[in-house]
Amino acid sequence: MTDALSTLLATRDWLMADGATGTNLFNMGLSSGEPPELWNVDQPDNIRALYRGAVESGSDIFLTNTFGGNASRLKLHGAQGRVHELNRIGAALGREIADAAGRTVVVAGSVGPTGEIMAPMGTLTHALAVEMFHEQAEGLKAGGADVLWVETISAPEEYRAAAEAAALAGMPWCGTMSFDTAGRTMMGATSADLAALVEKLPNPPIAFGANCGVGSSDLLRTVLGFFAQGTERPVIAKGNAGIPKYKDGAIHYDGTPELMADYAVLARDSGARIIGGCCGTMPVHLKAMREALETRPKGPRPSLDEISAKLGAFSSASDGTGDEGPARRERRRGR
Amino acid sequence: MADEDDIILSELSDDELVLQMHDDLYDGLKDEIEEGVNILIERGWTPYDVLTKALVAGMTIVGADFRDGILFVPEVLLAANAMKGGMFILKPLLVETGAPRMGKMVIGTVKGDIHDIGKNLVGMMMEGAGFEVLDLGINNSVEKYLEAIEAEQPDILGMSALLTTTMPYMKVVIDTLKEKGMREEIIVLVGGAPLNEEFGKAIGADAYCRDAAVAVETAKSFVARKHNQLSA
Repeated sequence: MTDALSTLLATRDWLMADGATGTNLFNMGLSSGEPPELWNVDQPDNIRALYRGAVESGSDIFLTNTFGGNASRLKLHGAQGRVHELNRIGAALGREIADAAGRTVVVAGSVGPTGEIMAPMGTLTHALAVEMFHEQAEGLKAGGADVLWVETISAPEEYRAAAEAAALAGMPWCGTMSFDTAGRTMMGATSADLAALVEKLPNPPIAFGANCGVGSSDLLRTVLGFFAQGTERPVIAKGNAGIPKYKDGAIHYDGTPELMADYAVLARDSGARIIGGCCGTMPVHLKAMREALETRPKGPRPSLDEISAKLGAFSSASDGTGDEGPARRERRRGR
Repeated sequence: MADEDDIILSELSDDELVLQMHDDLYDGLKDEIEEGVNILIERGWTPYDVLTKALVAGMTIVGADFRDGILFVPEVLLAANAMKGGMFILKPLLVETGAPRMGKMVIGTVKGDIHDIGKNLVGMMMEGAGFEVLDLGINNSVEKYLEAIEAEQPDILGMSALLTTTMPYMKVVIDTLKEKGMREEIIVLVGGAPLNEEFGKAIGADAYCRDAAVAVETAKSFVARKHNQLSA
């Protein structure tokens, strides 16, 4: 274990990851519908400012501006031929900021979903998904990313494809899913499913967990769900700063820095070792989270009631784990 | 499974067959749905009755369980695929028999957004509810939406976004409709994971639809209201 993330995890109880990419870039003038990844080349100073914002707010890990940097996503903008370049430069800018930080900061090469549905339900084959993720991984590696950071995945098949791509690129990796539908991913995967999936992979991630989704309460319920499976692998919690609202022509998230500070402490007390934000999480939130993590003593693992009392109600009664959830109807064919 | 083979659709009574088709939609069994549609037509059912009583009613169950977090996207995609198989048989017959039309919808994912899973679900569920759907696909500019609206004269425009980076583009489209004086003629429904009701209102949509089942219900009620206004 010589990678920077494993080294940091070995010396620290918790690490703070970064916040939002899109929300921050909008504030710098990115227009809706434009691919943020092009800014790695066209507006590198904005990307440097994005990364620096996280580092200066106390993040130990930040994600590169390469979330949509796979061929399937970039194709929308006719940039599918620039996968390697955009990822390499996105990571290289990160390397530059991390190396100037004066402490160990991990550059995590963000790998988002392809946006396509995998076979047999959809058209994307496993081989093609691996190829796309691998192409992106090689670019991130060439730019100096410490780890690959697969995020916002909803299909277990896509998670597996990304794992295989990390192996092909010879990169350590982390992987989170977005549990946004009644506690499950859009494709129906539960926290228990992901906890079981990672242990079955030939190259399991350094850490796994949840990002995005709906609100911080749900995200922590998911984190508790991982531990209910007895996982001993480091768990990642990267929740949104509240819920998006539209105000004065722009998206604002309603989560306050105080709420995100409470969330960060509850995430740590729940057992998460890597704690960050996602959409809507700005430097001001990260600063509050860092301060809370450093100053508030570690408490016992919170109950679901304690989580909802502090962070707000859950979006659904059940998260699909256990037997309490609603059951499918009985059918005559006895399936 | 052994007992699966025991069900012979053609031996079921009409009532039993319809219930079985609801089950088979739930399980996404395309061949069985196609067979069921053919049997009902052969038994003299009108295409419209087959559509509403067997397929739409079955998809309503699927939609409700999807809404309630019992079924998820993979199951709904399979169900919709089975439905599509049935629709393929029914479509020409519906046209021939002059079955009532629910309305027409133009739907597409906004510029910059590749995610079309939710949009596809809405499209399929709307077709399942008897609407005519023109799917513009992903990555639609305001020009593409306007062009389709002018050409197709739909009752409903559906826009979808899955990313916080693309959802504000919906407002661009709605504002342009207003500028061109086209906003009043059309029902605008929006959806997508990062959206909420407040967002829908703020950008000037008629409604935000949480999922495909809600989209169908909302579309039905708005179209009914529109028709009432016209006849009033």
